[in-house]
Amino acid sequence: MVINNSEFAIKVKNLSKSFDKIQAVKNISFEVKKGEIFAFLGPNGAGKTTTIKMLTTLISPTAGKIQINGFDPVKERDKARSSFGIIFQDPSLDDELTAYENLQFHAVLYNVPRKIARERINKLLKFVGLWDRKDDFVKTFSGGMKRRLEIARGLIHHPKILFLDEPTLGLDPQTRNSMWQYLKELNKKEGMTIFVTTHYMEEAARVADTIAIIDHGEIIKRGTLSELKKATKTNSLEDAFLKLTGYTIREEAATTTLMHKMMGVRR
Amino acid sequence: MGAVYMMWLRQIKRYWRSKSRMVGSLAQPLLFLVALGFGFGSVYKAANGGSYIDFLAPGIIAMSILFTAVFTGMEVVWDRQFGFLKETLVAPVSRFKIMLGRTLGGATVATAQGLIVLILCLLIGFRPSSYLVGLSLALVFMFLIALLFTAIGTAIASKINDMQGFGLIVNFLIMPLFFLSGALFPLDNLPKALSLVTKIDPLTYGVDGLRSALTGVSYFGITLDFTVLAVLILISLWIGGKLFNKIQI
Repeated sequence: MVINNSEFAIKVKNLSKSFDKIQAVKNISFEVKKGEIFAFLGPNGAGKTTTIKMLTTLISPTAGKIQINGFDPVKERDKARSSFGIIFQDPSLDDELTAYENLQFHAVLYNVPRKIARERINKLLKFVGLWDRKDDFVKTFSGGMKRRLEIARGLIHHPKILFLDEPTLGLDPQTRNSMWQYLKELNKKEGMTIFVTTHYMEEAARVADTIAIIDHGEIIKRGTLSELKKATKTNSLEDAFLKLTGYTIREEAATTTLMHKMMGVRR
Repeated sequence: MGAVYMMWLRQIKRYWRSKSRMVGSLAQPLLFLVALGFGFGSVYKAANGGSYIDFLAPGIIAMSILFTAVFTGMEVVWDRQFGFLKETLVAPVSRFKIMLGRTLGGATVATAQGLIVLILCLLIGFRPSSYLVGLSLALVFMFLIALLFTAIGTAIASKINDMQGFGLIVNFLIMPLFFLSGALFPLDNLPKALSLVTKIDPLTYGVDGLRSALTGVSYFGITLDFTVLAVLILISLWIGGKLFNKIQI
């Protein structure tokens, strides 16, 4: 394994992504330090998911450079891929398989030795409270249970960076709380870098070391919570966010479907 | 190799667990066998063709493999819609292996489906010319047909986003492939245009090979059938791999 000697887990330079005529991400640059929790915030349609997709090799950038644990996700795809884990915004489990099988499947794809995989799967299933449901089909699970299973799955291969795209959407406070407790512990104990997008401002304020705010494809502010509050002369992240991005309601669904229709772009 | 095996295993598990689908997809071949097989039986005999069931059975087996193969190949579209495709696409495994595993799995499923239809044919009165050699050779051809059309289904599916185009594919791809393949009629003495079309249809070689294995009657000869199928399989796997590599979500 190659050791990433740089102090940064993620480095992004002049990154852009255009879909035909629409520029979803415009020339953004930022770094995420190793071992930090980095919150990436922005209104609907700001370019968060597009950025995550570029960072995680799902789409290729139009321009710019990315380093994930020292690897270029375009040229060193597989090396970059085995070094991160991702929990997607929308479900990505196989409903026709059991909870255990979904995790087992992941372990094989990520080349985790069988014995270690078994130990980790058991531990993670217990942690997310799905141990007694491990042999049930995922199609019988509720939304929250699926989410928990996906979190467990994303951690099997002990990623150096964990991407979370709105991970707590639709979770009850109990689950949200225990999830963050576990993630913070991993972050501390193993130095796992966490890159998270969320719409819950209190959540970001509570967990993040650094916060970046993106709007209309551009990063408009980056810093710690107190820096952001200071710069905007507000006393909560929510107020700072609103001050920076304005009060207009965004219509992500409408514009993206229109965009997809116009250009046949795949989600 | 783990990833290929895992993708294969997943297809097998999904097939095994959907018994209703398994049974449901037997209705159509059974209907064709009974209605056409017995319906045209006397006409075919009067034209000195021999037993129509014996002629038809390999064609119907090939048909059921064709349908199952294209459909399982196209399950990629479901995976895209239900999100599971993303999980396989961010994994540190080459996309070709992912595609190969799924295709092998789909092909195994389609072959199994073909085997069930073969047993149905035997129950209904179909008699192969030789059992040991014939049936094992037939199995080879069944797998080749399955592999080819699963690969084609997968390749198509990696280019489409939703199941709206599904009817189009059934009507403009699967149906013509089946009806123009010589599954239902002998290839001798066809009008020139039709004869040409049947020779372009890849399923023709599958049906001919299968028929040759089971009944000893062949139009092209078993070697040509095998070669054509093998070459087409390699080409479609290659194209499928390329297209799979290009999927962006």
